[in-house]
Amino acid sequence: MAQIFHRSTNTLSRVTIFGAVFIAGFVLWVIGGIVRSPYVTNQGIAREQPVPFSHQHHVGGLGIDCRYCHTSVEKSNFAGVPPTQTCMNCHAQIWTNAELLAPVRNSFANNTPIRWERVHRLPDFVHFNHSIHINKGIGCASCHGRIDRMNLTYQASPLTMDWCLSCHRAPEKYVRPRSEVFNMAYVAKDQEKQGPELVRAYNIQKLTSCSTCHY
Amino acid sequence: MSDNKTTLDFREFRERIGDIRGKEYWRSLEDLSRGADFEELLQEEFPRQSAPLANGVHRRDFMKLMSASIALAGAASCTAPSGNSEKIVPYVRQPEDLIPGKPLFFATAMPLAGYTTGVLAESHMGRPTKIEGNPDHPSSLGGTDAYMQASILGLYDPDRSQVVRTFGETRTWSDFIGALQPVLKEAAVNGAGLRLLTQTITSPTLGAAIAKLVAQYPGMQWHQWEPVSGDNAREGLRAAFGGYVNAVYHFDKANVVVTLDSDFMSDGPGHVRYSRDFSTRRRVRHGETKSINRMYAIESSPTSTGSIADHRLPVRPSQIEGYARAIAAGLGIAAAGATTEHADWIGGVVRDLQRNHGAAVVVAGDDQPPAVHQLAMAINQAIGAIGTTVSITDSAEVSPVNQLESLRRLVTDMNAGAVKALIMFGGNPIFDAPADFNFRSAFEKVPFRAHLSLYYDETSMLSHWHIPETHYLETWGDGRGHDGTITIQQPLIAPLYNGRSAIEVIGAMAGGMDQSPYDAVRAYWMANGANELLWRKWLNDGVIANSALPARSASASTAIPAPAAQPSGGFELRIAHDPNIYDGRFANNGWLQELPKPQTKITWENVLLLSPKSANDIGFGDQERDDLFNEKHTLLADLTFHGRTIRVPVWVVPGMPDNVATIHFGYGRKHGGKIAAERSDFTPGGVDVYPIRFSDALHGGAGAQIKLVRSEGTYPIGCTQEHQSINPKDVGGDRGIIRSATFDEYQRNPHFVQGEGEGHEGTGETAEADASMYPKYEYPGHAWAMVIDTSVCTGCNGCVIACQSENNISIVGKEEVVREREMHWLRIDRYYKGSPENPEVYHQPVPCMQCENAPCEPVCPVEATSHSGEGLNDMTYNRCVGTRYCSNNCPYKVRRFNFFHYADYDTPSLKPMRNPDVTVRTRGVMEKCTYCVQRINAAKIAAEIDGEKGRRVRDGEVTTACQQACPSEAITFGDMNDPTSRVAALKKEPANYALLQDLNTRPRTTYLGAIRNPNPEIRG
Repeated sequence: MAQIFHRSTNTLSRVTIFGAVFIAGFVLWVIGGIVRSPYVTNQGIAREQPVPFSHQHHVGGLGIDCRYCHTSVEKSNFAGVPPTQTCMNCHAQIWTNAELLAPVRNSFANNTPIRWERVHRLPDFVHFNHSIHINKGIGCASCHGRIDRMNLTYQASPLTMDWCLSCHRAPEKYVRPRSEVFNMAYVAKDQEKQGPELVRAYNIQKLTSCSTCHY
Repeated sequence: MSDNKTTLDFREFRERIGDIRGKEYWRSLEDLSRGADFEELLQEEFPRQSAPLANGVHRRDFMKLMSASIALAGAASCTAPSGNSEKIVPYVRQPEDLIPGKPLFFATAMPLAGYTTGVLAESHMGRPTKIEGNPDHPSSLGGTDAYMQASILGLYDPDRSQVVRTFGETRTWSDFIGALQPVLKEAAVNGAGLRLLTQTITSPTLGAAIAKLVAQYPGMQWHQWEPVSGDNAREGLRAAFGGYVNAVYHFDKANVVVTLDSDFMSDGPGHVRYSRDFSTRRRVRHGETKSINRMYAIESSPTSTGSIADHRLPVRPSQIEGYARAIAAGLGIAAAGATTEHADWIGGVVRDLQRNHGAAVVVAGDDQPPAVHQLAMAINQAIGAIGTTVSITDSAEVSPVNQLESLRRLVTDMNAGAVKALIMFGGNPIFDAPADFNFRSAFEKVPFRAHLSLYYDETSMLSHWHIPETHYLETWGDGRGHDGTITIQQPLIAPLYNGRSAIEVIGAMAGGMDQSPYDAVRAYWMANGANELLWRKWLNDGVIANSALPARSASASTAIPAPAAQPSGGFELRIAHDPNIYDGRFANNGWLQELPKPQTKITWENVLLLSPKSANDIGFGDQERDDLFNEKHTLLADLTFHGRTIRVPVWVVPGMPDNVATIHFGYGRKHGGKIAAERSDFTPGGVDVYPIRFSDALHGGAGAQIKLVRSEGTYPIGCTQEHQSINPKDVGGDRGIIRSATFDEYQRNPHFVQGEGEGHEGTGETAEADASMYPKYEYPGHAWAMVIDTSVCTGCNGCVIACQSENNISIVGKEEVVREREMHWLRIDRYYKGSPENPEVYHQPVPCMQCENAPCEPVCPVEATSHSGEGLNDMTYNRCVGTRYCSNNCPYKVRRFNFFHYADYDTPSLKPMRNPDVTVRTRGVMEKCTYCVQRINAAKIAAEIDGEKGRRVRDGEVTTACQQACPSEAITFGDMNDPTSRVAALKKEPANYALLQDLNTRPRTTYLGAIRNPNPEIRG
């Protein structure tokens, strides 16, 4: 009876057998890569919004403070998305006929809210609280990146648990003086010295219990 | 159950009862009789949950299913969460004071049977999600009962009626107004044909509106009917005081309380307050408490109140009067017909009452005839209670009447054709009117019938017009509490389903401009002493200050009517309202349906309660012992009363008097929601008792009219008592799960709880003995802990529903309850002590113990349950893969597993009801009590961001949902590391003990031993 397989297939089977570990490893590495990739985390993906609101213009250009719109960021878990009223505070006076702002004016006139697309989305089993992070000296930019340079808002950080824990385990690397929390351009001068001091001053705990966020 | 049923006979069981030694506690007759299969049951975690599928699965099908699942499991992970977008919808104009993400609390009031209890409703961005008691309201003082907690589900109930209907056809409100006009035109000439039928009303605004209507339509008559009748109390007090009055009790001032078939801690106006008042005199604190109160309960069925009594006498309903007469006679009141039974007992009570002149009180139950109420008041007069422990005020009702007579008059007039139009505000008389009134046939003679109702129910279906009613959280109103205190009821949300309130319907009848309920209530109060400032204060406080009805100087007549003829033996039937679904109005509330009933722990239906001896007497003998004395299924009997027969499941209850059959009405609804009227073989929705409820025997009857015969077949029952049971006895003997002492014993030995669990190897009875292979945890920050005082727990279930509401706990349905899969994080175990004829009863709420050496933690293969830095056993849902090892390893059996997708993800109206701070769990995930960690975290954050440096959480800033609800303040929660906290103080109480301490789990939840105060003069 003739050989079914050619002699060269031996090599193939050897490679397969000895390479199995590497292949499995490679597959895991790919999966790991995928779940950390923006495809899954949405990092860096700008969302289309009903009104193409530009933080770059309002924050970077005009210098409006974060808290002018995100009023509850110091008091609540939710930073707050401004009511149409807040937009109209200015836009009743300026750019009153701009085509781009028609949805805002309609919203105000018809009393129908604007339906913004959520950019930073955590799963329902994660409970994040803005107020405590702000009050403990974590800058807006630490998580949200240079919002003042974003034309359309996108998620600057991966928002994976690994990423959360990197700071919860070592807050001294990221903490900044409270006065600089809303400063987008803040760069620490000597974080290695200042960090631990601030951790002490603000009584920052390294909370890594599951129930810190999951309940 | 296993097939190899042990064939112990009834005699053997009796012998065992005779064999009870001193302190031995048991949970159920099944536990007491303990077949070998019962032992087996206790050893298992979910004994029936591993039951094979009904039809089985073939090996090949199994392979197919599993391979498909695995293949598709991979596919599921291919979708990125970015696939579905989520919207943020901010306000257009944000309301003042609203901080997005933070709840607001509004004071309002929940009406039940006319009387209101003040509540604080938690609102998340305009959606009410939780009900708490209003600490400023005298009927609540911060406590809540199960009805109040469950009312939030009532609001969002998707089965509520949503449109105006005419015999099932959709109409509009203006159609109704149009149809009303000819009726009103006729009534304006002669109003006698126009009738209102309402429930009890205490609302001043509504009262004034009805009075105006009566003036507008001369001759119009107003009828009232409430199936949970207060007529006996009304008439009894009228006879005693010569007019309709309201009795307000002050149990905080009473050293001695005697109840005559009264369940004052769970029934009637003010029961939440009464529970709290009673508990203030019952709590024992080392070194502080010099004396505690004492309660004697004479009752015809087991009640919550009776379960905490120091002396309980189970007697037949008709005998209560004789005992009341005996007490009265002992106090020198001329009352003939006193019973001669239990003379020692009565003598002891009488002497105790005399010793505590001015600090004792006698309370009669609403189901007892007026004469008993009259007797109770005469006794109160004799013991100086009137004016001290009982205040008599004017009636809180707008128009107190004998409601049975009121309804009878309506039926007579309907039959005579005198009623041209009947407008019904709430209620469901087609379902709940007395059977002999033949309400339906009279009703159908009325040419115009309109019904305002939350549900499209039995009465709505037969009415020309059905108008959907607003829930109390949707509309403006007002009402009085048990002492007459007025609360303005403010809405938390606009009507979800275009409902209308009674005020609007009355407004429509009065004609003229449409007045909103807000305008009506405000206009009434602006005309009655309010101004803008006061109005705002009233709304903010939830009470109108000093609006309680003033106590009047009153003295009860001691002229006692001659005793009624006593029935000569035979069975007596007692018909009472259901402790969970009331008169049937909460039948569509799944939380209340699945709530284990306070005494029997039965869910989803009603049963006929019998004593063991009575069950034997009707022919359930030795052979059926296993069927009767188990907690899984039971036997059926045919109950005949005045010639009408209903088939009912029989349930044998320790502590029931012999020759009494008690059944609760409210079940057996035919319409009014999917849950209320669901029918299947397995869930028949309970038995309708109204067909045997007659106007001359509203609360049952006696004599030859009652026949009870056994019928064939067994019937499954969802009774939760033996679910998740801890084995109270072990090889070493009693494990000391319940520990109790009398107050005298406590004074002699405050450390009575110590050593009760002795006899076990390697006992960890002292807190120091902490042998563990694992490294010790340090708790530098907070150390959360809970202490539950079993002395004051009445088993009322307020905490169970509070927990369900706070933590988004699913209901599972009767079929799943029978499989022991109910999800309540907090269960209340019931323990008996002594003979089944009249045992002592102890209640023990069991949440997660949050052990320091938690057996659940090391066995989780994925670390889904882990120890937090503050001593909580965290449960991380998103990590859980559902191995159930943790639950298997939990000696307290407090973990609950989502065997199916119990949570309703789809019904739109239920989504806004959920607490946004707690994850809604899905299938395959373990869950358990978290000590309300969402509240802990919120309080910690609030403290940390308070001021420049932040601060520590103060004692009392974190309350768990169960603690907050508890009417008797049995639950204390706090930080054990804070030496000034209440919980730290309670941990030092000598009566503090932990469950199964010998396992060295070091639970953070501990108990205070139950302390009772029996009269040394009375034995037994």
